[in-house]
Amino acid sequence: MDRFERQYILPGFGKEAQHKLEQAKVLVIGAGGLGCPVLLYLAAAGVGTIGIVDGDVVSLSNLNRQVLFGEGDLGLYKAETAAHFLKAKYHDIKINCIPEFITTQNIKAIFSKYDLIIDGSDNFPTRYLVNDACVLMGKPLVFGAVYQNEGQVAILNGNGQNSINYRDIFPDPPTAYEIPNCNETGVLGVLPGIIGTLQAAETIKYLTGYGETLVDKMLFYNLLSHQAYTMELSKNQDSKKGIPSSMEALEATDYAVVCGDGDSIDWEEAFALLNKFPGGTLVDVREADEFPKLKGFKYQSVPLDLIDEKHQEWLNSELILLFCQSGVRSLKAVKMLEKHFPGKKIHSISGGIEAPDSPIYK
Amino acid sequence: MTITKIRVVAFGMIAEKIKTNLLELEYMQDTEVLLGYLYQQYPDLQHTKFSIAINKKMAVGKTAIPVGAEVALLPPFSGG
Repeated sequence: MDRFERQYILPGFGKEAQHKLEQAKVLVIGAGGLGCPVLLYLAAAGVGTIGIVDGDVVSLSNLNRQVLFGEGDLGLYKAETAAHFLKAKYHDIKINCIPEFITTQNIKAIFSKYDLIIDGSDNFPTRYLVNDACVLMGKPLVFGAVYQNEGQVAILNGNGQNSINYRDIFPDPPTAYEIPNCNETGVLGVLPGIIGTLQAAETIKYLTGYGETLVDKMLFYNLLSHQAYTMELSKNQDSKKGIPSSMEALEATDYAVVCGDGDSIDWEEAFALLNKFPGGTLVDVREADEFPKLKGFKYQSVPLDLIDEKHQEWLNSELILLFCQSGVRSLKAVKMLEKHFPGKKIHSISGGIEAPDSPIYK
Repeated sequence: MTITKIRVVAFGMIAEKIKTNLLELEYMQDTEVLLGYLYQQYPDLQHTKFSIAINKKMAVGKTAIPVGAEVALLPPFSGG
């Protein structure tokens, strides 16, 4: 007997399927609400090589859903903490820890080491980047996403030349402020638990050919009603327009701009503007418990909820620069403040404190 | 009597914007007519991206709606 006996004695699964899992190399993007259950179940099932890519650190408000982490992990890298935990549980699977955000610059090198990609990220720029790279590099993509009490799961690019990809369903990215993420709208921890577990199940089924998968289908699940809706996906000619022609073209694409993040600037531009306008103000719009904090620069902390109420504070600022964790909430704050101060120079810092060029990495 | 209605089911923020997850509408011949009606009734939807499925199959572009069909309005989610 070994620790996989209960699954290989399943009729139709068998040792052959188990061997396929042992040979598989899968990459999990994001060790968050979706990534935690994905990682727990794929490691337990005996997937031979698992990569974990996430440049974020654990914060207190993550703990209701990111079940790999606890109070003792606050401020630590999610990828490292998750890798450490899984390695301690199972000695014979390979866990690769990549404590970075996936970007146009690192995606090719990282993806090339894996057979299958699982998207558990939390923003559209990353989701479109991951989709496009999967199409260009021919990698199957197990997609999962949540919104309030609903979730989506699909296997994209999993059917060779005729595969459906994310842009067949949604050719143009929504703007960041069109559709909020968990940090802004709230989520019960069990929802990404369920959706992430479905992603793990679909990954195991796809890798082993066990059962009917969600290849070229998208499942919608509603936690409150337990209703499920499965849509058969179709090819869309518009999808080709958005996908870069090659990995080189992808590397030169700015996915923040593609996703309508046009009011955003990067950290370098932000500091250049602050030098130019000494009367300018830098504002962190995250909640007080979110990390990492910006160090070595003068800034104010005003959570997004209070931006409207406190806008008078910036009446005399000639420039307002806003940042948050990933650049979504700060973009909303820009929209709010633009209503109070039309014509004032107001920008969001693209990618927030987690951006690759963030001062926290310097 | 023939069935002359269509059922429209809505997900995510589409359901929020139309304030229900189920509409029963008089028959409309295709997705373009349906979208025109929805945009007029719910102007917010004009600024929202979503996909349409007819009887659980994704519809691309102007697509005929069979009598008695169920039409779904399916937006993208980004949370994780």
